[in-house]
Amino acid sequence: MSIDPSEIVYFQWRFVSISATLVFTWITMFILSLGSYLITRKLKTGPKISKGQNILEAAIVIIRKQIHEVSRQDPGRFLPFIATLFIFILAANILSVVPGFIAPTGSLNTTIALSLCVFFAVPVYGIQSQGFLGYLKQYIKPTVVMLPFNIISELSRTLSLAIRLYGNVMSASIIAAILIGIIPIFFPIVLQLLGLLTGVIQAYIFAILAIVYIGSATNKKK
Amino acid sequence: MKLIQGGYIMDSISIIGMASIVTAGITMAVGSIAPAFGEGKAVAQALQSIAQQPDEANTISRTLFVGLAMVESTAIYCFVISMILLFANPFWNFVIG
Repeated sequence: MSIDPSEIVYFQWRFVSISATLVFTWITMFILSLGSYLITRKLKTGPKISKGQNILEAAIVIIRKQIHEVSRQDPGRFLPFIATLFIFILAANILSVVPGFIAPTGSLNTTIALSLCVFFAVPVYGIQSQGFLGYLKQYIKPTVVMLPFNIISELSRTLSLAIRLYGNVMSASIIAAILIGIIPIFFPIVLQLLGLLTGVIQAYIFAILAIVYIGSATNKKK
Repeated sequence: MKLIQGGYIMDSISIIGMASIVTAGITMAVGSIAPAFGEGKAVAQALQSIAQQPDEANTISRTLFVGLAMVESTAIYCFVISMILLFANPFWNFVIG
């Protein structure tokens, strides 16, 4: 039993290795890009629009509303980043019910990459809206004494973001594998269902936490 | 491996294996009790708040989800540690390999 799909290597040439994580990330990306291309190819305005456009518009409206409620700022700036994270993790977690598909979010490499994106997005958005000094000032917010703790919390929340998603997705697949060995009939399906629920909730939580971190760095009124 | 009275003396492989399995079990046990208490408290409070103010159910449940994820991450750390001990034990490499 492996606890990380990166241990499955399909192809290796010197330092280039194509692991299962990479392949299934590409598959997820391909499915998302193809779906978006097919739907946005013929966008229409007016009372009659296609089903796909309706779904995407509803999704975007909901994501914008959530971002606005959490960050209390104009969601337009954050929408591309947050929505990309959310939709990618959601698609990867939901596709894991397809037999043979290994969720790329069940690998620590993917989740650390995603949380590093959040880690670097926070100063980028923060400097954009507060200026360089204004952004640095919030590290000494209550007093200067809190400076090391603020830096530690910045690092530890990145790690916890990564390990939370990894642990949740990995636990679902490990539990399914163990149960198939013990009770092969019916019971693994229920656990798969639970894994689906956890996957959706984790995608939501990852996106919400990302916007909470970014929102706290960009808030001007203090 | 020395034989004494029909059994083997414990060598480092069995000590590491035993310690890893016992530690993984204890980690899971302790690591699930405390977050379970915390989450139970949080959910109870949130349900009470929703019962008092049903209009704010959206905000309360969103905050509850985020808070639960925070609380649960400690349990997830324990789970990851015990999985590493069981399936990807780094100490094996010192004795076999």
